[in-house]
Amino acid sequence: MKVRVVVTLKPGVLDPQGKAVHKALGGLGFDGVEDVRTGKLVELDVADDTSDAAIDEMCRKLLANTVIENYRVERA
Amino acid sequence: MKTAVIVFPGSNCDRDIAVALEAVTGVAPAMVWHGESELPAGLGVIALPGGFSYGDYLRCGAIAARLPIVRAVIEAAERGTPVLGVCNGFQVLTETGLLPGALMRNEALDFVCRDAALTVENAQTAFTSRYTAGETVYFPVAHHDGNYNADADTLDRLEGDGRIAFRYAESVNGSARDIAGVLNAAGNVLGMMPHPERRIEAAHGGDDGRRLFEGLLEAVGA
Repeated sequence: MKVRVVVTLKPGVLDPQGKAVHKALGGLGFDGVEDVRTGKLVELDVADDTSDAAIDEMCRKLLANTVIENYRVERA
Repeated sequence: MKTAVIVFPGSNCDRDIAVALEAVTGVAPAMVWHGESELPAGLGVIALPGGFSYGDYLRCGAIAARLPIVRAVIEAAERGTPVLGVCNGFQVLTETGLLPGALMRNEALDFVCRDAALTVENAQTAFTSRYTAGETVYFPVAHHDGNYNADADTLDRLEGDGRIAFRYAESVNGSARDIAGVLNAAGNVLGMMPHPERRIEAAHGGDDGRRLFEGLLEAVGA
């Protein structure tokens, strides 16, 4: 079973990479982009009977740093 | 005094900090490989060196922070053993939760490699007793992810409790309140981005960093 974990910076946490991408989009002439936030995607291939709780624990213990990041789990 | 340096795959300041510890203590530190699960007995100080442990994969310090040997460092810290984390070592300490906050990509996205002027904020710690509060010292910085971030309540608490050991005299990387080094509540764990171990003798351009290790030696009383 494929599980996708999307890790994003919490609102209010400065995202220098997002700001740089935002500026670069402006440089390419794409106007009207209000804001850009970057994040990361972790794809897990796990046993079908892996519980939600186990995946949540993986996120909290390693995949996301909950001091600065939020995470969202998407099951395929 | 017996000391130890934890060596991770990708550490590159392990030798620098070993040289600094030996210069001050007269005894070469134990170099503890990341695959170990136990620390040598009777350590006075544990150092987590700079570098790029595990290639900075996932987040700087994230993988190293989950190793059994770092679990042993956490337990030693909780028993009161002084722990110094420099650069990547600071990132590892925040990832373990021993220190609050997180170190993010530098605000200007540049790798910063130069001397930085620091203000000693708290000179009454095991790490800073050889400095004077308000004194300016110069340590090299060399990092891409040194932008210290914590929520406002945490920052206020750190300031109120004297847990900011060093502050940049001017912005270096975008760190909240120009924080360069923070302590845990008990005062026996210090994480800092600048490198005191690269400033221990005249040939390094000064010995501002040497006093940190000397103060530590005195504090441990060995």
